[in-house]
Amino acid sequence: MLVYTLKRLLAGVITVWFIATATFFAMHSVPGDPLMNDKAVTEEIRANLERKYGLDRPLHEQYFVFMGNMLKGDFGISFTQQNRQVNDIIRDHFPVSATLGVLAITFAALGGILWGALTAIYRNRLPDIIIMFLVILGISVPSFVFAALGQLALVNLNSLLGYSLLPVAGWGTIWHMLVPSLVLGLGTMALLTRLMRSSMLEVVNEDYIKTARAKGLSPMRIFFRHQLRNAILPVITVLGPQIAAITTGGFVVELVFAIPGLGRYFVQAVQQLDYTVIMGTTVFYGAFLVLMVILVDILYGFIDPRVRIES
Amino acid sequence: MKAPPTLSAEDFEPAQHDIHVEQISRPSLSYWEDAWRRLKQNRRALISLYIIVALAAFTLIGPLLWRVDPSLQDLNQISQPPSMPKEATLVAPYKRWSGVTINDFPAYPDDYLDLIPAPIGLRPAMPPTTQAVRLVWDPVKGAGGYNVYRNTRRPETINDLGLPLGGTMAGNEVSFQDRLNLEQRTYYYSVISTDGYDESSTYTTIEVTPLLAMTRQDAISRGLIPEDSPLDIGDTLQIEFHPLGTDYLGRDMLARLMEGARVSLFIGICAPVLFVIFGILYGGFSGYFGGRLDQLLMRFADFVVALPFLLFMILFKIAFGIGPGESGILPMLIALVLLGWPATARLVRGQVLQIREQGYIQAARLLGAGNGYLVMRHIIPNTMGVILVTLTFAVPSAIFTEAFLSFIGMGVAPPTPSWGSMCNEGVKTMLSHPHELIFPAAFISITVLAFNLLGDGLTEALDSRMRSRE
Repeated sequence: MLVYTLKRLLAGVITVWFIATATFFAMHSVPGDPLMNDKAVTEEIRANLERKYGLDRPLHEQYFVFMGNMLKGDFGISFTQQNRQVNDIIRDHFPVSATLGVLAITFAALGGILWGALTAIYRNRLPDIIIMFLVILGISVPSFVFAALGQLALVNLNSLLGYSLLPVAGWGTIWHMLVPSLVLGLGTMALLTRLMRSSMLEVVNEDYIKTARAKGLSPMRIFFRHQLRNAILPVITVLGPQIAAITTGGFVVELVFAIPGLGRYFVQAVQQLDYTVIMGTTVFYGAFLVLMVILVDILYGFIDPRVRIES
Repeated sequence: MKAPPTLSAEDFEPAQHDIHVEQISRPSLSYWEDAWRRLKQNRRALISLYIIVALAAFTLIGPLLWRVDPSLQDLNQISQPPSMPKEATLVAPYKRWSGVTINDFPAYPDDYLDLIPAPIGLRPAMPPTTQAVRLVWDPVKGAGGYNVYRNTRRPETINDLGLPLGGTMAGNEVSFQDRLNLEQRTYYYSVISTDGYDESSTYTTIEVTPLLAMTRQDAISRGLIPEDSPLDIGDTLQIEFHPLGTDYLGRDMLARLMEGARVSLFIGICAPVLFVIFGILYGGFSGYFGGRLDQLLMRFADFVVALPFLLFMILFKIAFGIGPGESGILPMLIALVLLGWPATARLVRGQVLQIREQGYIQAARLLGAGNGYLVMRHIIPNTMGVILVTLTFAVPSAIFTEAFLSFIGMGVAPPTPSWGSMCNEGVKTMLSHPHELIFPAAFISITVLAFNLLGDGLTEALDSRMRSRE
């Protein structure tokens, strides 16, 4: 297990290096540079600024300087926001995105498992049909439409009640987080519900369920101990990639609900070609996602003993 | 005890020996024929297929039937809701109206009344049009003038009369003309008598729905009728018809949805086709040759998978750049292909590794088949089912990605419409004109839904395990 974990971590470090390199060269191949805006008024000022930010050096030299700093955990200072450390930007705004993402994935996982189990119990009956219809809707409707409709619903709800039950936009209290994270989690919830349903239906025909039934266990015990626990496994496998989808998918929800997350800074930074912020956010996100996938895989090993034996 | 059955000699005759115990009762079907047969049995998949065909027709044939310029702006018709065909009445150019003054009625009240009654007999002086609404009423005793208000809903109290339009300053001036921004909708005009200074506390209201009016000159300049049209004053003419309404610049939504469909479906179908082809080549090559090369190639694919997808979509899209006047479709296509291929490559590699070990491959090799022949004749056709399913599921995700990027303003550049960028514009006016968001969002959802259901159907139809289950 330890060897497996170390191997995965090493591969993860190489992946992060690849992400950093790809980002660096993709970013520098964009025509123009961060000094294009009205900062560099004259040639002299431009030359000074280039020297200050190290843009006058050859590209490969910039690359090594950047990589060296990155290893020390320093992403440099932003080009567009005066004297603001990229690390500070990440420290200030990533927790917001992460909270949103964690809440969303919690909603999605709990909802997906619950609804999936329900549909399997009521297979081909009314609850199943209704939930599966909603699931298809959840998979087919883009998250920004859910976000917009969610906001619309909040506005109408608040105006109907005459007071502000839940805030329509912004960030701060748990009440601000409720609707955006629900909206963000909907698509994943739909996906997990589908997966959970088919997994439950597969497990039901397994021999060990028959055995459990034959030895006279109560239906509740069979359901929770044998069926549910085994059916959850495939859901956990897709959780890793889904965390990735949710954290980056958070952009739109952050945009619509005016949440000060990291996504907005990335979009802004790309538009202004703020090299250091682009690098910082991408590498940080990339490392975060790689770590999440590894964590989920290791977690899977703990839950499913078969994986441990194979590795 | 049961009585033994009576037996006759016939029972001991030898049974008829049927030679044709097994015979082929149904025509032999190839893999694809069989898959198609099972797909046709799946009602949801079949309906999805019809929807996709309808969408294709909407995209390709639609613009030929609905010949409205999607980029034509009409600032007179901003954010119109969906409507039926509208007609306008040709009217003469505007002429001044001197109003109605009743000479044998006192202009100023002789005596002071506690409560001046509301005017009675409020009526339009001539058929109301959007050119002008002219109101007249009967004078009331004690009035030294009248104030006129207009509202778009029926007033409930005197504080709810709406926009104060103006009024008259004499008790015998009993008419008013409204030319303020008239639209074809129902207005509620209220008139209050005054003693010359202060308003009375009673009012009278009428409901007026002006006809859409247009002068001949306007109609010609907007291209609705030719210069030598025989239409005369009082005749009706068809004005621009927007079955799905207009957007915030007065552009026709239907035409824009068709144009947007071209962009969205082009990206949504081309990108998956391209990256699936690349994935097949990459994965097939890697899986077929195996060994160290395979390890290396697959490790690279793993790296690409690990890239944060949306961040890199944005970055690549910007990196390929769009010049002025370009739509940004091509950069998005390239970015999608660059980031989309590893999933297919992995899948095809796995399939190839599996198929490579099958007996029929060895048999073919024994018969002297070359590498190229094996790949083209045996390996690729056998992976086709899985690839088709991947392709079907890749389409909705590409459409989502395009919509998502266009929605955050990183997609196709305006004025090129795409469903995503139309949603982006629609969200801004969501509260007042929801149709601008709902239509493009519905198109995205229906398309994605259709491809997802078709993918489900294909998975079932092409899965050989399902085949034996019947």
